[in-house]
Amino acid sequence: MTPPLTPPAIEARGLTKSYGDVAVLRGIDLSVAPGTVFALLGPNGAGKTTTVRILATLLTAGGGTARIAGKDVTAERSAVRRAISVTGQYAALDEELTGAENLRMMGRLAGLSRAAARTRADELLGRFRLTDAASRRVGTYSGGMRRRLDLAASLVGEPSVIFLDEPTTGLDPRSRQEVWELVAGLADAGVTVFLTTQYLEEADRLAGRIALIDGGLIVAEGTAAELKRRVSGERLDLAFAGRGAYEEADRLLGDLVVRREPDELRLGVATSGRAEHVRELLDAVDPDRRLVERFAVHEASLDDVFMTLTAKEPAHV
Amino acid sequence: MSNALTMTGRSVRLSARTPDALITALVMPVMLMCVFVYFFGGAIETGGEYVQYVVPGVLILCAGFGAGNTAMAVASDMHNGIIDRFRSMDVGGRAILAGHVAASLARNLAATAVVFGVAMAIGFRPQASAAGWLAAIGVLVCYIIALSWLAAAVGLVAKSPEAAGGFTFFIAFLPYPSSGFVPVDTMPSWLRGFAEHQPVTPVIESMRKLLLDQPVGGSGWQAVAWCAGIAVVAVAASGALFRRRTS
Repeated sequence: MTPPLTPPAIEARGLTKSYGDVAVLRGIDLSVAPGTVFALLGPNGAGKTTTVRILATLLTAGGGTARIAGKDVTAERSAVRRAISVTGQYAALDEELTGAENLRMMGRLAGLSRAAARTRADELLGRFRLTDAASRRVGTYSGGMRRRLDLAASLVGEPSVIFLDEPTTGLDPRSRQEVWELVAGLADAGVTVFLTTQYLEEADRLAGRIALIDGGLIVAEGTAAELKRRVSGERLDLAFAGRGAYEEADRLLGDLVVRREPDELRLGVATSGRAEHVRELLDAVDPDRRLVERFAVHEASLDDVFMTLTAKEPAHV
Repeated sequence: MSNALTMTGRSVRLSARTPDALITALVMPVMLMCVFVYFFGGAIETGGEYVQYVVPGVLILCAGFGAGNTAMAVASDMHNGIIDRFRSMDVGGRAILAGHVAASLARNLAATAVVFGVAMAIGFRPQASAAGWLAAIGVLVCYIIALSWLAAAVGLVAKSPEAAGGFTFFIAFLPYPSSGFVPVDTMPSWLRGFAEHQPVTPVIESMRKLLLDQPVGGSGWQAVAWCAGIAVVAVAASGALFRRRTS
C-alpha cells in the first residue's frame, strides 16, 4: 500500500524574475517538507527577498510555479494567504498604536471576533514577554521588542507556513538569541518555517535544511552537515610571518584557498586532514620553508562552504 | 466589508494619535476665515455681510487640507512594511483605501463642526431649514468623499509621503479661483471662464444657497455630478494603481 501523499509545505519550480534587463532569479527550485525549518542562505542581492515575496504571494514571478501546501500562489492566492504569514526585514507595525492594538487589529483582519482577537492578543503578548509593554506605543519599543511583536503579529492567524525574511538583521546579540529561541519554538509546534539569512551561524543553528543562493540560483542544498562535506572534511589554516609571505602564498595556492584573513595573515585551504595531504600542501605552498610560521587543522565550517560556492565574502556574525 | 471597518478604525485611531496634522488642517482654515472676514472682507462687495458669503469656501478649503493628510497617510502606508502584512492577510487594496477615505470623512466632519462653531461665533447666521442643512451637509460629504478618493490615488502615485503632501497645496489652491472668497464676476474674463467651470464653484454655490435658504438652481446638480465623476474616476484609478504598485 502506498502512503497518502502529503504535498510539500513549499514547492517552487523554475522561478524566475527580472527587472528590466536584470535577472534577479534565474530558475529557483525548492521543496520544503511540512513542519521543518528551511533556511535560504546567501549574500546581499542574491535574490532571497525576491524568492520570499514570490512564495508569499506578494510578488508575481516572471516564470515558473510555486505552491504552498499544494496550492498555487497565483491561481489560489487567497487560499495560500490563509495558510501563511510573512515577516519582512522591516517591522510591519503601526508605530502610533500600542502593541496590544496592533495585535487586536491583526486578529480582526484574520477573521477573529472582537473578543477572540482580544484573547489572542493577550495570549501572544504573554508568550512573547510583551505584557508589560502591551499598552505602550510601538514607537517607544526597542528593536528587539519590535521584532518580537512583529513575530507575534505574524502568528495571530495561526499560519501553517511562516516566512521570515532576515529575522535577525540589525538586532543586537541578545535579541538575536531571543529570536532564535522563538523560531525554534515555532518549529517545535509543527509550523513550517522558511527563513532567509546572510548569517551562516543562524542557518546552521535553526534550519534542518539549507539552500545556498547566489546570483539568483540555488548553488547548493542539503543539511548543514551535507553542505560542509561538500567542501572537504577539514581545513588547514596557515599563518604567515609577514604580508609578503601571505601574498606570495595566496598567489601560489590560488583557487585552493577557501578562507582569507588578511588582517591575521592567515589562509585556509581545504584538506582531507590526513598527515600526508597536509605535508603535501605545506610543501607546495612553502618549498623553501620560509613562509609558513604556524598551521592548524580545523573541521570545515559553513563559512568555507559559502566561500567555496559563492563568489562573495560571507557576512560574519 | 468587515476588513474595511477594521481599517477605518485603524485610520481613525492613527489620526487621533497624530493630532498635529489634524490641528494644522483645522487651524489654517479658521485663521484664513478670520483673515478674510476681518482684513479683506470689508473691501469685498458680496451684497451682504461677508461672513455670510465666505463660510462655504472655508469649509471647502478645510476639506482640501484634510485630503492632503489622506494622501500622506496612504503614501506612508505604501512605504511601510505594513502593506505587505495586510496583503499577506488577504486584505484587499480597496478595503485599505476605503479605511483611509472613511477616516478622512470623519476627520473632515470634525473639522467642519469646528469651522461652523467659529463661524457662528464671529457672526455667521445661516437661514437654512432642516432639509437645507441636510442637503448642504450632503453636498459637503459628497465633495469630501470624492476628494479623499482622489487623495488616495495621489498617495499611491507619490514617491514619498512628503511628495503626497504637496498635493495639499494644489487642492488648497482650487477654492481661490472660484466663487469661494470673491464673486466670480469681479475676476478678469480669462480667469472667470475657469472659475465658473471648475468643480469647486458649484459645490460652494450650492452650499451657500442652501445655508442661506436661497434657490439653488442648477448648481446643486452640477456639484453632485462633479463629485460623482471625480469619485468614480478616483476609485477606478486607485484600484488600478494599487494593483500596479503591488504586483
